[in-house]
Parts: sequence; C-alpha cells; structure tokens
Amino acid sequence: MNVPRLDRTVHPYIPSSVPAVRAAMLLQIGVSDVEELYAVIPPELRLARPLNLPPAFRSEQELRRHVEGLLARNTSAADYLSFLGAGCYQHYVPAVCDEINGRSEFLTAYGGEPYEDHGRFQALFEYCSQMGELLAMDVVSVPTYDGAQATGTALRMAGRLTGRRTALVPRTMSAQRRSAVANYVDPVLDLVEVGYDPASGLLDLADLRSKLSSGVAAVLLENPNHLGVIEEGAAEIVSLAHAHGALAVAAVDPSSLGVLEAPGNYGVDIACGDLQTLGIHMYFGGGHGGFIASRDEPSIVGEYPSRLFGMTTTKVAGEYGFGDVMWERTSFHDREHGKEFVGTAAALWGITAGVYLALMGPLGMQELGTTWIQLGRYAAGRLSAVAGVRAPALTGTPLKEFVVDFSRTGRTVAEINTALLARGIFGGTDLSREFPELGQAALYCVTEVHSREDIDRLVSAVAEVVS
Amino acid sequence: MTTRPDPRQGDPGAMTTGAEEPGAAHPGGPIARIRDAMTLRRYHAARWDEPVIFELSIPGSRGVLPPLADEVITAQAGDGLSAIPPALRRKALPALPELSQQTVLRHYLRLSQETLGADLNIDIGQGTCTMKYSPKINEIFARSAKIAELHPLQDESTVQGILEVMYRLDVALRDISGMDAFTLQPASGSQAIFAMAAIFRAWHRQLGEWPQRNELITTMFSHPSGAAAASVAGFKIITLMPDQDGYPDLDALRAAVSERTAGMFITNPEDTGIFNPRIAEFTRLVHEAGGLCGYDQANANGILGITRARDAGFDLCFFNLHKTFSTPHACGGPACGALGVTAELEPFMPAPVVSRDGERYFLDHDRPRSIGKIRTWYGVPEVHLRAYAWIASLGPDGLRQVAEAAVICNNYLYAGIRKIRGVKIYWPERGRLEQVRYSWEPLAEETGVTTDDVGRRMADFGVHYWTSHHPWVVPEPFTLEPTESYTKDELDEYIAIMQRVSDEAYANPELVKTAPHASVVHQHDHEPLDDPERWAMTWRAHVRKTEHAR
Repeated sequence: MNVPRLDRTVHPYIPSSVPAVRAAMLLQIGVSDVEELYAVIPPELRLARPLNLPPAFRSEQELRRHVEGLLARNTSAADYLSFLGAGCYQHYVPAVCDEINGRSEFLTAYGGEPYEDHGRFQALFEYCSQMGELLAMDVVSVPTYDGAQATGTALRMAGRLTGRRTALVPRTMSAQRRSAVANYVDPVLDLVEVGYDPASGLLDLADLRSKLSSGVAAVLLENPNHLGVIEEGAAEIVSLAHAHGALAVAAVDPSSLGVLEAPGNYGVDIACGDLQTLGIHMYFGGGHGGFIASRDEPSIVGEYPSRLFGMTTTKVAGEYGFGDVMWERTSFHDREHGKEFVGTAAALWGITAGVYLALMGPLGMQELGTTWIQLGRYAAGRLSAVAGVRAPALTGTPLKEFVVDFSRTGRTVAEINTALLARGIFGGTDLSREFPELGQAALYCVTEVHSREDIDRLVSAVAEVVS
Repeated sequence: MTTRPDPRQGDPGAMTTGAEEPGAAHPGGPIARIRDAMTLRRYHAARWDEPVIFELSIPGSRGVLPPLADEVITAQAGDGLSAIPPALRRKALPALPELSQQTVLRHYLRLSQETLGADLNIDIGQGTCTMKYSPKINEIFARSAKIAELHPLQDESTVQGILEVMYRLDVALRDISGMDAFTLQPASGSQAIFAMAAIFRAWHRQLGEWPQRNELITTMFSHPSGAAAASVAGFKIITLMPDQDGYPDLDALRAAVSERTAGMFITNPEDTGIFNPRIAEFTRLVHEAGGLCGYDQANANGILGITRARDAGFDLCFFNLHKTFSTPHACGGPACGALGVTAELEPFMPAPVVSRDGERYFLDHDRPRSIGKIRTWYGVPEVHLRAYAWIASLGPDGLRQVAEAAVICNNYLYAGIRKIRGVKIYWPERGRLEQVRYSWEPLAEETGVTTDDVGRRMADFGVHYWTSHHPWVVPEPFTLEPTESYTKDELDEYIAIMQRVSDEAYANPELVKTAPHASVVHQHDHEPLDDPERWAMTWRAHVRKTEHAR
C-alpha cells in the first residue's frame, strides 16, 4: 500500500530510530520492511496520509519555550490571592510531599507484584493506616478516583448490603458531586434529596425523618457540608438511619479530622471523601483521589470494589509482606461478576497523603484545623463590618469555608468577583445559581495559606468594591 | 518497635541467584556482561527491612509545623477549638505517627527504593500497560505552579493557557482517531469505559429503548473493565471467546446480536497482540442490530498514524494517556482515559467541554443532553498537559515512528522469546503488532514451574513480569509489550533473563518455585490475606489482631 514518507530523524525517545539498529532488528525478525508486519491490517483500514498534526518541536529547548509560553497565560492562586474552595482546596504542600511523589520509582511504577514493588504496597498500606487513625476505622481502600466516585461506590455498597434501592442525599451536596453520583448509581439506586435549614445550613432532620423508610439503603451526610457548615447533628442522623435499617455514609474532609470528631466515633458505617486536601496541589482539579473506609466486617469488606492492601507474613520469620486482601472480589479477577470495577485511579496521591499525614502528626492536624477556624472567624468578623456584607451568613459553625451574603450591597457576587479579580483576588465561589434561596451568596475559603495581611487586603478590596 | 530477626541470618536471599559465582563481575566489564547473554547483571533489590511507619514514632516529634494565628487574630477570634460544637469536637487526637522531618523523608525514600519504577528497569513485562518512557521535561511542566496552583473555579480569563492545552490535545486526538470530539474528563481507562457505557445508556434512553436494549457485547481478550464497568452502568454482558484462529468469533457475534443489543466494547489488537482484520464487519453487524460501537484503545501504541477507530466504524474510542501518550503511571494514577465520539454522540459527552470562541477558550457547561459528570471538575489536567507536550515533541512523523518502533521491537522480542524452551505460542500463524500473549504451558507440564513462579523469579533479576488478566484462556500466560522505549540491547537482556529462568526451571525447579531470593522480600504467605481473623488493611487492625492472637 501507499505509505506516507516519514521524516526519520533519530528521536531521543525512540532508541530503535537509529537506522542501523532498525535495520538489524528487521533483519532478525526476517522482514525487509515494517510494512510486512502491518500486512495484518486490511488496506482499506489503513490511513493513507500523514497525521494532520503540527510538526514536532525538534528540541526539548523549543518544546519548553512553547509549553511554558502556554502556561504563562495562566494566572494561578500563587500569583493572586484566592478564596476559592467548594471541593478543591489550596493548602500548604510540604516540600517532602513533592519530593516523594516526584521520585522516579513511585512516579513510574504501575501494577508490579508485591515482591519487586514492596515499597509501593507498604507506602499505600501506610496511607490507609494513617487514614484509619483519622477516621477511626479499620478498613481503608487504596485510593479511588475522587470523593464523588467514592461516594457513589459507598452508596452502592450500602445498596448491596441492605438489598434496598433508595439513597438519601443532602440537598446541599455540590451539583457536580450529585451529578457524578447519580451517574454512577443510576441502575441500582434512586437518589432522594434531604433539605436543609437555610438559616443554619444544617441538614433538616424533620425532612430526613419524613423520608426515611424501610426502602432506604443509606443516608449520606457530608461533614462539613458543601456550605462549609459542621454537621453537628451527625450522631443523630446516624441513629435515625440505623433505626430504619439503613447504613450511615459520611463524606468527610480528612484534613478536618485533627479537630473534628472521627466518623468512626459517631457510628458511621462507611466513610468516604476526597484526599486532595492532604498535601496535594490543586492542579486545576487534577489533585483529587477518593477514599472509602469502614469497620472490619467480612460482609462489608466483601463489597469493596477497590483493592485493599493488607499485611502478611513471609517465608522469613519477622519479615513484613503486603498484598491484596480478598482479591477474588475484584473485577480484575472476575470481570463483570466482581464488585463494580477496579483499575488505575489515584495511587500516587495516596502515597502523597500518607507522607503528608506522617509529617503533620496528630498535633499538626489539630493546629491546622485550629488555625483555619481562627482565621475564618477573623475574616468573617472583618467582612461583616463592611456595610451590607454578612458573614458568616449561616448560623451553623463553619470550619474552613463560610457563606458570605452580599445581597444587601446591591451588587451581585459576579459583579463583586469581577471587581476583585481586577484587584488580583479570586473571590469566593458564587452560590447564587446552585442555592438561589441564599441570595447573592458566595462561599469563601480561608485556610492556613492565608495570612492576616491577606485577609485584611480582601476586606479592604471588598469594602472598596461594594461602596 | 517489635523485635525482628536479623534477615541475614538463615536468609534464603543469601542463595545464589543464578549460575554465576556470587560477586563475580564480567571480565570484559559491565557492558560486555550485558551483551553476553551467558552472564547477567548481579542484581539485588534494595532490602531495607523497613518498619511500618507507626513503629518509627517518637512521641513529641514534629515533621512540619503549620502556621499559627497571631495574637491579633486570637484576640478577635478566640482559640478556635472551642468554637466547634462539643458533639463534633475531636475528643482524642488521631494516633498518627510522630516523626521528625528527615525520618519521614528517609522512610519514604527507602520505600521508593523498594519499588521498581519504569525509569529503572526494562519494563516490558507488564504487557497491555505500555510502560514507555515518560519524558522528564514533561514533569517540569506538570509541576509548574502555573498548573499546580490553579483552582478549577478560577475565572476563565486566568486559565487560558491550560484550556488551550486541553483544546489542542482534543484536536490532536481527533485526527489520530478520526473522531469528532474528545472529552478528557475520565480519569482512567476504566472510567472512560464507564463513560462510554453511560453514553450508550443515554443514547438508547433518548430512543426509548432503555432498558430493553441492554446487552453489551465484548470479547474475552478485551480488558476486564470493559465487562465490569458496563455491568456497573446496568448492562448485561455477553462475552465472545476467541475462535480457532485467535480472532474474536464472528459467528458468535452474529448469534449474539439482536434487538436487545445496546452495543459492543472491543479492543483491537486484542491483548494477544493479534489484530482482528474483520473489525469493520464486527462494527457493521452491531450497527445493523441498532447498537453502538466503542473501541477500547487504552493501548494504541502500535497503530498511531496507521489505522483509526473511525475508519473501522466505531462511534466512540478512548486512549489511555498514561499508556500510549507517555504520562507516568504513578503507581496507578492519576491518569486519563481520553474519550472520543462522533458528532452524533457529542451532545452526550460529560460536561463541561472545553470550547473555543475566536481566540478565547472556555468551559461549555450548557450541555442539556450531557450524561453529566464522570469525574470531578475536568479530569486530570496535569496529565493532559504532559500528553500534549509528548505529542508536540513527536509530531505526526514521530508518532508514526513510535508505532513502527513498537511493532518492530515487539516482533524482535517475539523472535527471541519464542525460541525459549517451555514457551508456547498460541495461534503462531497470526502476526502480532505491539505485544504478545505467550504461554508457559509446556514449562509447567514439564517442570511444574508455573507462570506465577517465573514472575517471582524474574524479580530476582530486576525486571517486572506480569501474568495476564483472568481468566487465563491462554494457559500459564504472560504478556510482554516492549513499546518503543527500550534499546535492542535491553530487549536482548530481557530475553537472556527469561532464557535463564527457563534453564533454571528445567535444571533446578525448586530455585524458581521458592523465588524471589534477591528481591525486596521473600515469598508471601497468602492465607492471612483471605482470612478475616488475620487480615489487616490498616496498622490499627494489625495491632488489634496480633495482640488478640497473643
């Protein structure tokens, strides 16, 4: 067939592009041209023209100029002052986290066996173990894709464990998480929303009671919830679920668990969430990984789709081994008869989160949460001093995010954010479309990355913008 | 710390790893040794015998210190903790380990050394995974603050660079596949398969045919996730077995299609490395029955610029950017399964979609027929960036050179491996493209050494080896995929290692069956991992169960 002529410059990524090497390999194979190897593809399926792509950058240097030129068109949260959160968070990433996840060995390993990849298994086991301490749960999965998918799986697990097909989910859940969960549970569960109290931001317990029935597989609570509020009635929500034979599923922010009670200590059956907050950059949303955790009961363990790494012994006394627990549950072993599906997800972020927790330790996690609360209270207090601005706008206790109501400034959040952007500030997430009942409200995130000066700068800018 | 025996005492690892004298170097020096198939590298894995991190804890130690609120803030905001409602205030601090910073660093560096990344070994033993070189320059890009510190809800005017990268990648993948649009949202191949299934479902739903039309046809040599993720999405799975020629069985497909056929997921070349030449016939039959056709191109390394999904009649396809497009596998993600569709299916793609309006790039959320979200935000943009840079470093001719090199390297390797005693080739008359599924069936019959045994022994020589996905239709299987990234000398070295292991199996099968000897750890006891009384997925469970046992 007619083969397009190629530029056969020797490429640094292709060792056999050296003509003499290529010729020697073809000789060894016993063909004179690679086309003989492609003869298995019918001619009518062959592409008879070169790919229509821009020509290659010949050198790494030229490539770098091009790509860095594109990246220079981004303005990041390191360039501007950012108060965005709403599911993706700017936290300080200790240098050791990036050092470890940049190591060639971890960065370029994949699905090796527990022998040559012992370190990968141990590092993920230690990630799970540290998460277990935060959550007060004995079983933690190797990372899944993100909190949304982890939530979807947690609900499906509850569906299988109870044989029921309704899941109660909070109305305050973010639209994107709800969409991903709905997609994931589509054939097996119906999602029913439980309302919230617009004054406090807390789950509406009366509404929850009215919707609980013997058909409910799971009650999902988010803590803190998407409006940033600590769900202080969590234990009661769990009891209500249990009273109806439903499982209590809690989506929690693991970085909050130095100061907030562990879900395992208030009766939650399955915990889930995102681990992006544990030493992982935002990456425009690419820093997410999910976790699923539970008590150590064989019936629950048997419903996990994800890999579970456990400790074992080896032929040498005293030596630790790490391997897959109940491998036969997985789709790797049993295709469509396995539990849901398993594959590549976010393992490197699990290792990173383990490094982060090991660096932070118990006291670090407590100090972290304490600092958020103090900075957040300071920020809310100062913002409230601006005419027409109310913060926090909800009476529920915030942790690192709080709702700011700008309704009485006569400006929309969109207008305010545009004006803040001109001043080098990313204002809080506009809630007015997802939560119109809250008025012109925005969700502001304040974490340890903010200094008092940063907050003062925000407050001055807001005062200027709304006046 | 628990007392552990000195591993050097009575250590099976002290055994010789092969025929050479332990400690003997090649008289001609290291490169002569590599090129001399009779002597192999004197490999031994790092064996740090590293404790579990909790055992290293020294109470009171600190690894990093978070900033504390100053006096001005504390004066106005209080101590913070007492603001938390008592019921939700943590009563006892989490029992995390307490470590100084370098202790953490050293521990994890040791664990990294006990992990065999593709950067370190001739990583051709994990077939179907396309363990190619992930260029370091792309790591520099991915770790730039210009992407690492981007929040997904920033104003679009501040993220034009990354949106342009995503858009350009979409456009490149369109030409590579023949599809009309790509979403980069799925964060792996399995998630892309799930997204394909969700699109199938939405398509048949809008035609009023869901769930009556709910049968999904796949093949045994397509990835297990094809069947599993489609099942999660609500499909009934029909799996076609290979025919006597090693192709997916066309007659079985004819028998399977019906008014219940929702569609087909298929890989080509399949995991055997065999290209199905009747693929257009497969897609035609499914279309005639009213189904859609999704192409699992997780691994498309042998056919870039050679043949395209669209031209074989597919409606959807996906590429694993962490395979064919070189982004690092990262111990198993984060990753991307870039999913392409025809114009007809474009309205169903997960939202949002990166679009361009003149010179401005934007996220189009206004997608009323979209299946909704598959993954949070927009997928994994740092992976998109690396893949874009990789394509830009190769261009159209370079991509084709990649494909040709992958096929040449595979056939070169094949010529060497098939000569090894104990190896059997199923369907030997069929050509292979980028990988081959081999069988140790004769070896197992003649020596009792299985593919699992061989795999553990390969670790003693510093290389990966993977058997194959279950079920093992090819008995005692292993799958090698050399990609374009390794030198001819390296392929020769892998062949020599495998030859050595075969020789050992025939001469001293116990040596292979008791492997590994020179790896990080020794052979595991498998039973505790399946025993609820003993399994431990966390340290706390381990402590509880071992104390209970005492």
